[in-house]
Amino acid sequence: MSEKLGTDSRCEQTGDEKQDTQEKEAVIPERAEEAKLKAKYPNLGQKPGGSDFLMKRLQKGQKYFDSGDYNMAKAKMKNKQLPSTGPDNNLVTGDHIPTPQDLPPRKSSLVTSKLAG
Amino acid sequence: MAGAGGGGNDIQWCFSQVKGAVDDDVAEADIISTVEFNHSGELLATGDKGGRVVIFQQEQENKIQSLSRGEYNVYSTFQSHEPEFDYLKSLEIEEKINKIRWLPQKNAAQFLLSTNDKTIKLWKISERDKRPEGYNLKEEDGRYRDPSTVTTLRVPVLRPMDLMVEASPRRIFANAHTYHINSISSNSDYETYLSADDLRINLWHLEITDRSFNIVDIKPANMEELTEVITAAEFHPNSCNTFVYSSSKGTIRLCDMRASALCDRHSKLFEEPEDPSNRSFFSEIISSISDVKFSHSGRYMMTRDYLSVKIWDLNMENRPVETYQVHEYLRSKLCSLYENDCIFDKFECCWNGSDSVVMTGSYNNFFRMFDRNTKRDITLEASRENNKPRTVLKPRKVCASGKRKKDEISVDSLDFNKKILHTAWHPKENIIAVATTNNLYIFQDKVN
Repeated sequence: MSEKLGTDSRCEQTGDEKQDTQEKEAVIPERAEEAKLKAKYPNLGQKPGGSDFLMKRLQKGQKYFDSGDYNMAKAKMKNKQLPSTGPDNNLVTGDHIPTPQDLPPRKSSLVTSKLAG
Repeated sequence: MAGAGGGGNDIQWCFSQVKGAVDDDVAEADIISTVEFNHSGELLATGDKGGRVVIFQQEQENKIQSLSRGEYNVYSTFQSHEPEFDYLKSLEIEEKINKIRWLPQKNAAQFLLSTNDKTIKLWKISERDKRPEGYNLKEEDGRYRDPSTVTTLRVPVLRPMDLMVEASPRRIFANAHTYHINSISSNSDYETYLSADDLRINLWHLEITDRSFNIVDIKPANMEELTEVITAAEFHPNSCNTFVYSSSKGTIRLCDMRASALCDRHSKLFEEPEDPSNRSFFSEIISSISDVKFSHSGRYMMTRDYLSVKIWDLNMENRPVETYQVHEYLRSKLCSLYENDCIFDKFECCWNGSDSVVMTGSYNNFFRMFDRNTKRDITLEASRENNKPRTVLKPRKVCASGKRKKDEISVDSLDFNKKILHTAWHPKENIIAVATTNNLYIFQDKVN
């Protein structure tokens, strides 16, 4: 089911087949679009629905180093100001050991959906 | 003409209400992720990326005298899911509500299932409009009285109070899915429901949270051999042993739970043969089914892939009986749609109450309806420009190429950030709920 549409295979075609392919590309918009994509990204894999692509889909979601990293990232999003412990206080991992004061408080008040406003 | 007998184009759709903030700066939490009417249509639930559920209730008006059907007002709102952290994989578990499904009503309370990527919750929504007064051992403010001070006895009575709507989580169905849950579906047996993730489908009993049956498992022994994933699943509306699931390769499998405990072998496989000469890099991606819905009758099912809506007769597996093009003009834009990831957008679809009209969303806040009987279709826009109640919506048209007529929009002017992924149709009346990114629009057919 996979087709070789890279420039390699096209060079092997005879003159007639070449014209055929070009005509087909014009007639089928999908093929024209595919040609555009290949032109922009020549290293694109042949099988779009292949296992790499699906694996990426299965693994959606942002990866964090650990739960401390995760909590610090959440805190950075929610509170614009973290307690300042020095010039590096906004670095999330590696540079300082979080103390209980650094960790964000438990999400307190519920922010109501604007649909209910 | 009340009721769902009319076609999509004999009906004149009018603006009724819009919910949500006006500002263009949309917070991620406010992105609507699911919309669902309950079985009577009286309640309309929405879920958002922030894990919140908002339920609207239709006002019960005197329909003979009113100029429109009842308005939907906020009935209850609650935080269904919170963000979590998967310690084992160091991955964030989003609180986004992927699906809400109402259970058929059994008693005075309403029940719904809501799910994020990993956990399904059963919520009970109940009303309280009376409270007991006149306790012997408690004061009215709740403080306990010293029993030795009680000299007479009285019988507490129930007195009316302001309506209070309470939502409480009755069951939490957790830890059964390794991959991300994309669908939940309540069974017509009123006892069980299914949940589907990318590779597996589980069967639950509503009363039992610590066990579930795995009924479909398409995980290959070697993950390198993975070729397709499950994209949606639904129970048949009448046959409690039958369910379907769709795949990223454009196939639908119908399974019968009476055949075996593990339904890895389908009873029916629905697939439209493809002309191999038409195949391109994009073929598989755009054939991926984003939604599957049975008709109310149970005779048909509808699937949505990137460019079209297909109606299948359950008795015919080799091709759909009807195909409707949603936005064929996008076929010549697939390269850019791949680059901006829009080609992976998951559009849903829905039936009207009588199964005569189907609806689905598109870009630029457009949505489309197809009348199966008259074969006519219409494109409408969810926009605050038509804000006055009972304003009839003007049909829209996209100009694919060539000279653009007045009032038409060219493909290149479409706003691909304004997507309508979620729509719902009232089960009995011509009332529809259409979700733009962060607003919920309610449209009704013109009454007189």
